[in-house]
Amino acid sequence: MIGLILPSADFVAPKIEYNELMPLLVVFGAACVGVIAEAFLPRAWRHLVQLAITLVAIIVAGVLTGFLIADEKELVAALGAISVDGPALFTWLILLALTLVSVLLFAERSLDGGLSAFAGQAAAVPGSEAEREGTAARLEHTEIFPLTLFAVGGMMLFASANDLLVLFVALEVFSLPLYLLCGLARRRRLISQEAAMKYFLLGAFASAFLLFGIALLYGYAGTMSLGGIADALQTQTGGDAILLAGTGLIAVGLLFKVGAVPFHSWTPDVYQGAPTPVTGFMAACTKIAAFIGLMRVFYVALGGTRWDWAPMMWVVAILTMVVGSIVAITQTDVKRMLAYSSIAHAGFLLTAFVGLAQAGSGVTNGVTSTQAVLFYLVTYGFSTIGAFAVVTLVRDAGGEATHLSRWAGLGKKSPLLAGIFAFFLLSFAGIPLTAGFTGKWAVFSAAWTGGAWPLVVVAVLSSLIAAFFYVRVIVLMFFSDLPTDAPDVVLPGWQTTTAVALGLAATVILGLVPGPVLELAARAGEFIR
Amino acid sequence: MSHELTWLLVAIPAVSAAILLLGGKATNAWGHLLGTAASLAAFVCGVLLFVQMQGHHGEERSETVRLFEWFQVGSVKVDFTLLIDPLSILFVLLITGVGSLIHIYSIGYMEHDPRRRRFFAYLNLFVAAMLLLVLSADYLLVFVGWEGVGLASYLLIGFWQHKDSAAVAAKKAFVVNRVGDIGLSLAVMSMWALFGSSAFVSVNAGAESMSHTWATLVGLMLLLAACGKSAQVPLQSWLLDAMEGPTPVSALIHAATMVTAGVYLVVRSHAIFEQSEAASTAVVIVGTVTALAGAIIGTAKDDIKKALAGSTMSQIGYMMLAAGLGPAGYVFAIFHLITHGFFKANMFLGAGSVMHGMNDDVNMRHYGALRTPMKITFVTFAFGYLAILGIPPFSGFFSKDKIIEAAFADNLVIGLCTLLGAGITAFYMTRVMLMTFLGEKRWEKDVHPHESPKVMTVPLVILALLSLVGGVLALGGWLEHWLEPVVGAHEEHHPPLPIIVMTLITLAVVAVGIVIAVAKYRRDIPREAPAGSPLTVLARRDLYGDALNEAVLMRPGQYLTRTLVWLDNRGVDGLVNGLAALFGGLSGRLRRFQTGFVRSYALSMVFGAAFVVVALLAVRLS
Repeated sequence: MIGLILPSADFVAPKIEYNELMPLLVVFGAACVGVIAEAFLPRAWRHLVQLAITLVAIIVAGVLTGFLIADEKELVAALGAISVDGPALFTWLILLALTLVSVLLFAERSLDGGLSAFAGQAAAVPGSEAEREGTAARLEHTEIFPLTLFAVGGMMLFASANDLLVLFVALEVFSLPLYLLCGLARRRRLISQEAAMKYFLLGAFASAFLLFGIALLYGYAGTMSLGGIADALQTQTGGDAILLAGTGLIAVGLLFKVGAVPFHSWTPDVYQGAPTPVTGFMAACTKIAAFIGLMRVFYVALGGTRWDWAPMMWVVAILTMVVGSIVAITQTDVKRMLAYSSIAHAGFLLTAFVGLAQAGSGVTNGVTSTQAVLFYLVTYGFSTIGAFAVVTLVRDAGGEATHLSRWAGLGKKSPLLAGIFAFFLLSFAGIPLTAGFTGKWAVFSAAWTGGAWPLVVVAVLSSLIAAFFYVRVIVLMFFSDLPTDAPDVVLPGWQTTTAVALGLAATVILGLVPGPVLELAARAGEFIR
Repeated sequence: MSHELTWLLVAIPAVSAAILLLGGKATNAWGHLLGTAASLAAFVCGVLLFVQMQGHHGEERSETVRLFEWFQVGSVKVDFTLLIDPLSILFVLLITGVGSLIHIYSIGYMEHDPRRRRFFAYLNLFVAAMLLLVLSADYLLVFVGWEGVGLASYLLIGFWQHKDSAAVAAKKAFVVNRVGDIGLSLAVMSMWALFGSSAFVSVNAGAESMSHTWATLVGLMLLLAACGKSAQVPLQSWLLDAMEGPTPVSALIHAATMVTAGVYLVVRSHAIFEQSEAASTAVVIVGTVTALAGAIIGTAKDDIKKALAGSTMSQIGYMMLAAGLGPAGYVFAIFHLITHGFFKANMFLGAGSVMHGMNDDVNMRHYGALRTPMKITFVTFAFGYLAILGIPPFSGFFSKDKIIEAAFADNLVIGLCTLLGAGITAFYMTRVMLMTFLGEKRWEKDVHPHESPKVMTVPLVILALLSLVGGVLALGGWLEHWLEPVVGAHEEHHPPLPIIVMTLITLAVVAVGIVIAVAKYRRDIPREAPAGSPLTVLARRDLYGDALNEAVLMRPGQYLTRTLVWLDNRGVDGLVNGLAALFGGLSGRLRRFQTGFVRSYALSMVFGAAFVVVALLAVRLS
């Protein structure tokens, strides 16, 4: 009789391409080192050591990614689970760069009386005696650094997942640290915790949709790999209902992360409640990872049915642009306004995504959708983190003064700060000579060549509406009188100064000489399977 | 060597202007000296170049100095190139020579003005721009100089900006000149379209093969430009008001140099005008009409500067006419331009000297019998007077008679008009002489006329001598020969009557003009202007030029702007505000969906998911 099938001696260890996966491994490894350091280091050392580990890990990973890009080696690694291709490497690079800037903001300790923007003792009940004691003892959670590393590692994995299961795992790896980070604000802790709770509940809800979609697709194709699904689309007949339902549910999960309407409701509440540096990090990096994941799944696995899902995506893109722009008009909080602005930007990115200007589809006289989206994400990411960094500097007794009325006359109090913020806003609005203009031009032209010209028309009209609320803030800052109880503009430490300077420099340079980065995005090529 | 001299010509006054403008009050003490020195230095450069040029012959006298590539756009490449040739060197000498004398004169004239340094800065700026205009080897670069002199003219007319009249006059000059400038810029664009370049070389080479229509169009565009800058009908109206500027400005810019730029442009573009009979004829007609109109306006003005301004218009009309006559007239146009530069600058400076002694009163009815207290001014003015009348052997005799002869040779009507113009010129200039220097005293109280200081009278004397001997340029056909490499061989003209008879007839007409003026203004000049005949009123009102402009252009323009403002307020603003209200309201509605409850967010996601799946199925099934 046949007994147990034991693992035989001829077990072959799977081949893992350590070289190509090294950036991921460095980030995850450093995150684990950070956790251990947190457990063993004396409290006084932790901030410095954790910051050093994080920065070194990010820089090393970035340099390694740079080498991989220079080598132009593209392959599907780890038994088909991870695809290290041009877009993935480019995404890794911008994710790491933006995380570097964000970590600088996380590390800022000179804005709030020598304390960071994060809660000293997250477990203490807001307003309690324990909280006051913690503040007096200058407690702080240095776990935010390993959490950030886990998050960015998850995002990198998400952007390069070549398998739906890996995709889902990566999604959870980067989402869970973010839920935590959102709830860690030092000021206004209740709204911060509310934001974390909402994000977690809705995120879990969306994950369920995604997972169900994955299951349906597995049921249709019998495989989790993106390439396998694409092959199944070619060969298989029947089972279309499962396929379409799976496609739809996966779309829901991914569009939730992107922040597209009608799955956007979490964005304003979470952006407003989260500590502002975290908001900047989420707004920039989550969007990047989610977009690349979305494009990878829909281009690589579901490209064969693009005529089925494209109309649905058109509607979502239009809704996203229009709702984001219109609702932003009546916002009275800077962070909420920027949240709706990020929704509108997601809509602009979706136009390029559904424009389907792909190398393979024969409509590529110009930028392809992938290149346009990659470039737009760079411009948008730097401007966004820069803008949120500026928000952390306008403070009064209650912490950040985020109500728009408090920003009146800021241009008279601090022309430099207001000028920088105005520049970021102009970039968001897509005014020429800023990075935002070049980015918009790239995505719109990709959409146009892909035949999605009605989307471009809607996008331009939405930009017009969006310009209103951006310019309104500029008018408020420069052409209103300074009230007597105006908030202070705090002099930042080197961390925030560097972050703002990097964001500003990127926004200026990408507006004036976009060539090199566009070139780099173009060299990234297309997704492979 | 000549390479450096050429660019130094433009650079020296430009740098001086920059120093004086940027240096501010620190340069107040010596600003006027630097300005004058810069102008003199440019003159020395000009003389050296002229002397060098004598060593060459014919075509070799032209030298192109390429300084650097200015810009390249697509296939159009424009070099910053200067051209020094027999035509431009004459202008250089006129601009820097007369310019230097006027700089010196201004030291005295502007002595008590607190902004004298600024005045000299503007004068230097003008000299630099004017030199660039005549030295450029490319129409686009000419345009730069063209705008530069326009700017300097604007700044100097409005120099006494505290006076409303001066500010308005400056604005008017600027606006009217813009109309002409459009002509030049259109011409440059057409050249790019036709020849792919606006360099003189390419345009001259391509002109022969250009179509007749294009030659006419480009010619008319250039004529429009010339009309604006040279105050020719129909763009003449600004020149009379421009007399609001300080008198040295009127002498330099609005008599001797800038206003002749139009004539320069037409002569320089002879290759184009020779391709189009229509364009040349238009030039002749414009010149003739202006020659008469200016003269008529000059007859009725009591303001000494305006009388001279009318005369300037008229004389430039003569030059324009000559330039329109083609190869028979180019040389005389330039010749008259130079002699006119001498005697008109002389008379304007003389008028300035008179004003200086009369507490800046310009009304000739308040003058009279000034010959005694202002002997030098009187004698030098008389030299200018005799020159403009064309009395031999003064310079005007040679230049103006040639134009009249050439006009007769071309067309009897034009000839008669120029002859009539000469008669009117004699009339109004005699009137100016009589009212200012002769007759009885009609001075205001507390006015004690006195001769001007040496720094003002010496330039007057020099210019008076030049007005006398300027005619030598034409001796033995020197000027014809000199300009031949630029404008081509001179064509002899054959007036219907022998030249000596023509000269006598002209002199007789001039004499008639003098006699009429003497009979009318010998004595009894009322201190208040009498009502006068309709003809006098017509002349006083500048032949209703301003009234015409106002009726045809200004009022319709105002109605148009009012209508547009109304439309903007009602239509555009209404639409925009309505849209804003619409989106604001929509935004207010939509944000209500953002309740803050996770349960409703989750519900919206469920609806969204349902929509997504249904949409996918609907697409597949449809």
